[in-house]
Amino acid sequence: MKDYRIVEHPIIDFKRGRKVSLTYNGKIVEAYEGESILAGLYAAGFRVFATSPQGDRLRGAFCMIGRCSSCLSRVNGIPNTRICIEPVRDGLIVETQEGLPDIPKVSREIVDVVEEMKDVDVLIIGAGPAGLKAAEILGGYGLRVLVATDHFRAGGQLVKQTHKFFGDTTYYGGVRGFKIAEKLISNLSRNPNVEISTRTFVYGYFKEGFFGAEKIGDPSLHLLIRAKYVIVAAGASERSLLFENNDLPGIMGAGGAQTLMNEYGVKPGEDALVIGSGNVGLIVAYQLLQAGVRVHGIAEVLREIGGWFVHAAKIRRHGVPIFTGHTIVRAEGRDRVEKAVISQVGKDLKPLPGTEKEFNVDLVLLAVGLQPNYSLLSQMGALMKYLPEAGGLIPLRTRYMETSIRNVFVAGDLSGIEEATTAFIEGEIAAYTILEREGFAKAVEERERILNYLWNEYRQSPVVQRSRDAKLKVTVSEEEMKRLRG
Amino acid sequence: MGFKETGVLTLEDMMRAGLMPSEERLRKGPVALLECPEQIPCNICVSACPFKAISMDKIYELPRLDENKCVGCGVCVAKCPGLAIFVIDVSKGDKAYITLPYEFLPRPSKGVKVKLLNREGKIVGEGVIVKAWEYEKTWVVTVEVEKNLWFDVRAIRIEGR
Repeated sequence: MKDYRIVEHPIIDFKRGRKVSLTYNGKIVEAYEGESILAGLYAAGFRVFATSPQGDRLRGAFCMIGRCSSCLSRVNGIPNTRICIEPVRDGLIVETQEGLPDIPKVSREIVDVVEEMKDVDVLIIGAGPAGLKAAEILGGYGLRVLVATDHFRAGGQLVKQTHKFFGDTTYYGGVRGFKIAEKLISNLSRNPNVEISTRTFVYGYFKEGFFGAEKIGDPSLHLLIRAKYVIVAAGASERSLLFENNDLPGIMGAGGAQTLMNEYGVKPGEDALVIGSGNVGLIVAYQLLQAGVRVHGIAEVLREIGGWFVHAAKIRRHGVPIFTGHTIVRAEGRDRVEKAVISQVGKDLKPLPGTEKEFNVDLVLLAVGLQPNYSLLSQMGALMKYLPEAGGLIPLRTRYMETSIRNVFVAGDLSGIEEATTAFIEGEIAAYTILEREGFAKAVEERERILNYLWNEYRQSPVVQRSRDAKLKVTVSEEEMKRLRG
Repeated sequence: MGFKETGVLTLEDMMRAGLMPSEERLRKGPVALLECPEQIPCNICVSACPFKAISMDKIYELPRLDENKCVGCGVCVAKCPGLAIFVIDVSKGDKAYITLPYEFLPRPSKGVKVKLLNREGKIVGEGVIVKAWEYEKTWVVTVEVEKNLWFDVRAIRIEGR
């Protein structure tokens, strides 16, 4: 069987764990500890992981961070398991689901749920740049912090960022994203005040004053978490795009491809076309080249390249064309993408017939924007505003990152799509505000310094004006927030 | 069409942004070319330069090079997260020496013949690596090229992967 794992990479040294074996639809598949089931299967050549609920359309991998439903499978008899955030283990039995699954028979595993109460000072939901940075500061001041993430590994999207970060050395400028994640996580692991709880799904807030969370494990735990303060830093999910056959296996989010090639070292395909020329599209194109994938081009619906020039220049000089004023009109293929067709668009951004270009590719990467994971804050009753330019529903907040619910804060992409540097900063602002309330006098000074840097330096850059304007639209004064709270 | 449509900088773009060293300075020896024409919020090159030749008042300003302080050492080439800095040396005879960042396989080494690529990725000639060193997985590679290619060559391809 062919192994699609990347052996040598210019930037990443893949350290693979112990070999394990699982069965997939009755076949034995070997994988390495530390991989997700999906990554292990992809490396072994599987490309179709599920079907549509009606059972008539094939589904490949799409987001690969547990946010979509393209990989729902039956694992050890439990249906609707997202195999992209389920780690491989020896002896796992994984099966493809055909259409909607049957409800499993009640098993001991489900009946004997162990319930546990947890009391902490701060609950942080999300272990990406915003959540980890906030935890570092709060834990440093001695507050008891619980960081919950549904993934089996902390780090959020940092773990797949192979480029050196921009910005200032204060916020890890010049350091590669995955190295920042390693550093933050290793710092936190030495702090006894901070617990990072992986495979923990915070599913809802109850008016009695606690969060419900399921911690998957052996045995699984049902956690009831009480916290004085909460920072919701749950990030965002990748958007899809409407076009013919947009669900064919081989069409995936740009971040999904990053997960495969940069986190697990699995080559996502041989020939790729990228849709969208924002920074994500440009960066993923460069990373595909580094992973040895041929990149046939980037299609951008607007007349100008969306992302930063330096990212565009990097791929242009390795021969990747950027087709501005173009969009994808369809994908073709039987069980997976074999061809993609793009076309020029008119002033109304609609395809112009007769201008099609065809590409023989097995990968189409959608880099067409992100949508904040607003569901938990929304369920809690936080006031939201719909802002298409920032990704959709965004919680209102004060400049101190406090939502309309007192002592509940937001940070990172969930507060409006931006990037990792501002996620670190927003996490810090939320953390220092909590510290102020806990009576640490120095916190105010620190926070004002950071706020000044964020608004009067970093976000003054003309290339981030769009996100700056969006953030201003959801940032309300303390007085206004008081009024809104009623 | 400007660089925001093409992803390709022209000499005029560089002049307009005030990023081009003087001809006099170019004749003197190796000097950095900061191909960073957008006001992105980043100042890594400022802290990277051991000779304090790059400055910026605000983090989003275009970098300014003090061409008299720059010795063309290439440390900024290694550290720029945008891979947007090059060092050009047109002071020696009929060859030009271009120092560029490289993050691909196979890894470069001195004496290896490479394909020379321009800003659009088109092969414009062949050159030889005369120096290569690495910092945090970014290789800083100096290639010897025909002198007239000094503004064109911005990437290399090493055969054999």
